[in-house]
Amino acid sequence: MAKTILEVKNLKKYFHTPKGMLHAVDDVNFTIEEGKTLGVVGESGCGKSTTGRAILRLHEPTSGEVIFNGENILTKNKDEMRLLRRQMQLIFQDPYASLDPRNTVSEIIGEPLKLQKIIPDKAKRLEKVYELMETVGLAERLVNTYPHELDGGRRQRIGIARALAMEPKFIVCDEPVSALDVSIQAQILNLMQDLQEQMGLTYMFITHDLSVVHHFADDIAVMYLGQLIEKAPSGMLFDKPTHPYTQALLSAIPVPSLNKKRERILLKGEITSPINPKPGCRFAARCPYATDRCRSEEPKLKEIEPNHFVACHLCD
Amino acid sequence: MAQKNPKDLILDIKDLVIHYETDDGTVEAVNGIDIQLEYGKTLGLVGETGSGKTTTALSVLRLVPDPPGVIKNGSIFLDGKDIMNLPQKELEAVRGHLASMIFQDPMTSLNPVFTVGDQISEVIALHENCSKAEADQKAGDMLEVVGIPRERFGEYPHQFSGGMKQRVVIAMALACNPKLLLADEPTTALDVTIQAQVLETMKGLREKYGSAMIMITHDLGIIAEVCDEVSVVYAGQIVEHGTLVDVFNHTRHPYTEGLFGSLPNIEIKRNRLSPIPGLMPDPTDLPKGCCFAPRCKYATPECEKARPGKKWLSDTHYVRCSRYDEPNFKIEREDQ
Repeated sequence: MAKTILEVKNLKKYFHTPKGMLHAVDDVNFTIEEGKTLGVVGESGCGKSTTGRAILRLHEPTSGEVIFNGENILTKNKDEMRLLRRQMQLIFQDPYASLDPRNTVSEIIGEPLKLQKIIPDKAKRLEKVYELMETVGLAERLVNTYPHELDGGRRQRIGIARALAMEPKFIVCDEPVSALDVSIQAQILNLMQDLQEQMGLTYMFITHDLSVVHHFADDIAVMYLGQLIEKAPSGMLFDKPTHPYTQALLSAIPVPSLNKKRERILLKGEITSPINPKPGCRFAARCPYATDRCRSEEPKLKEIEPNHFVACHLCD
Repeated sequence: MAQKNPKDLILDIKDLVIHYETDDGTVEAVNGIDIQLEYGKTLGLVGETGSGKTTTALSVLRLVPDPPGVIKNGSIFLDGKDIMNLPQKELEAVRGHLASMIFQDPMTSLNPVFTVGDQISEVIALHENCSKAEADQKAGDMLEVVGIPRERFGEYPHQFSGGMKQRVVIAMALACNPKLLLADEPTTALDVTIQAQVLETMKGLREKYGSAMIMITHDLGIIAEVCDEVSVVYAGQIVEHGTLVDVFNHTRHPYTEGLFGSLPNIEIKRNRLSPIPGLMPDPTDLPKGCCFAPRCKYATPECEKARPGKKWLSDTHYVRCSRYDEPNFKIEREDQ
């Protein structure tokens, strides 16, 4: 069995709001093995991005443990955390907003190397920048351009090069291809796949696009209102979705093919508010199979077959 | 070659050319698009950012911003009306009545300082010559049709979620029972389960009212679900057009093939995607020949010399690719 690189235990992140406590991430548990990709899917507001950020301590978790390479990083102080950040990086969703418009490509990619004092020498740093640009497929001539001169696909390549500059082991990818056109999206996904193979990277891949995770991830975790409701290896999840929400989510994907008509499960209503959630299963209000037990007692995540975890009373 | 009877057409666009003339050069957004849509049918326009899909749709209601947009050539007949030569006053009667538009982003297409009910009833009052009370009554009915309780008539857009806002926009677009609906990426900003609800609502309403629709999207999955015909747009031209079966199961254009290759498909697990190399050409500096040639793996030097014309493969299916002049030319994607 492969080595576990990241283990998240009982992770919680609550935000105070004027209306009450917002349970953005509520008691989430999972592990990721080294060199693998965990896809985290769910709809807007389900807490997938907050989970990614809480793991990197960009949002300080309310409680829980994040164990990276055997150490609980939530107990680290600022200096120790700075060193750890070399190994844990983030790729952002919006390549238009995540790059400083006043910096050139070389300044953006070289900045982490400068800040972390890995390559203080400017000329040597530029060499490394060229190397990184080549790795992600950016032409050398672009080294002194500004982000606004480049298209979305190239900008996202800059974001990836910047994340790779630290030679990280683990990268949280927050919707890295959602803002891109399909033909460019496929280029970036292939690049990320190549980098993973070459460098042994581990990804946590956050997305709302189920076809993308199905293609890209080894394991998939489905989140609903701050909770992890189902987790399984990619193939298993698509063959045997067990949680009623997962079933509805998968059936809602529009498939670009005419040969197979699928039964669609239409959900009523929309995702409810994560502020002061009611007791019981959070999906119960929209669930076609909900019983009284679902409305009063919260289902726990259980392993229903090897590696397949579901939080639903129906599985009992 | 198939010519549809002009009497059956809700929309007949011929050789439409639209340029945006800016200080930095002329953006050739639409370069000779033809659309013939019959009453009650749905046409999908699929293509990537900047391919000219939205500009085409805007031109149907003469909403292309001018300046910088200039309609250089072409004719547009909507329900027999010559849109290009219609006076402003009559255009206003057409917009929202004969044809209406659903925009991509429901957050920006609603006015934040008016209640949703007032925004719907405004459309009705403008077009249907009725009293305010009647218009309000009908606006309430429309809300119910799209699945929003009438009691929410007096609420403001910010009190609704994204999916609900898009339903309000749809209610507004359908309020006057238009013969043509122009839907510009109506579900792109929504989550998949909400998208499924909204598409279902639109489908039900179209069946009820018999409107024709142009569905603009970059998602071939949505096309497969809601359209009768599909036009694949690249650099302001329709490079392939046909029925759903023509385009999905008997794909002919290399760009269409590339789009299918780029898509992760949950039905078929592949190890790697096959993206289209390179980028869309700069619309201020389009190639002389086939615009797709620089990215096309089948391209020959001949392709770069002249823009390919329409090549009809059947009564319903055409493709713009000069390689089909060779009798034995085939792309790799197999018929499904």
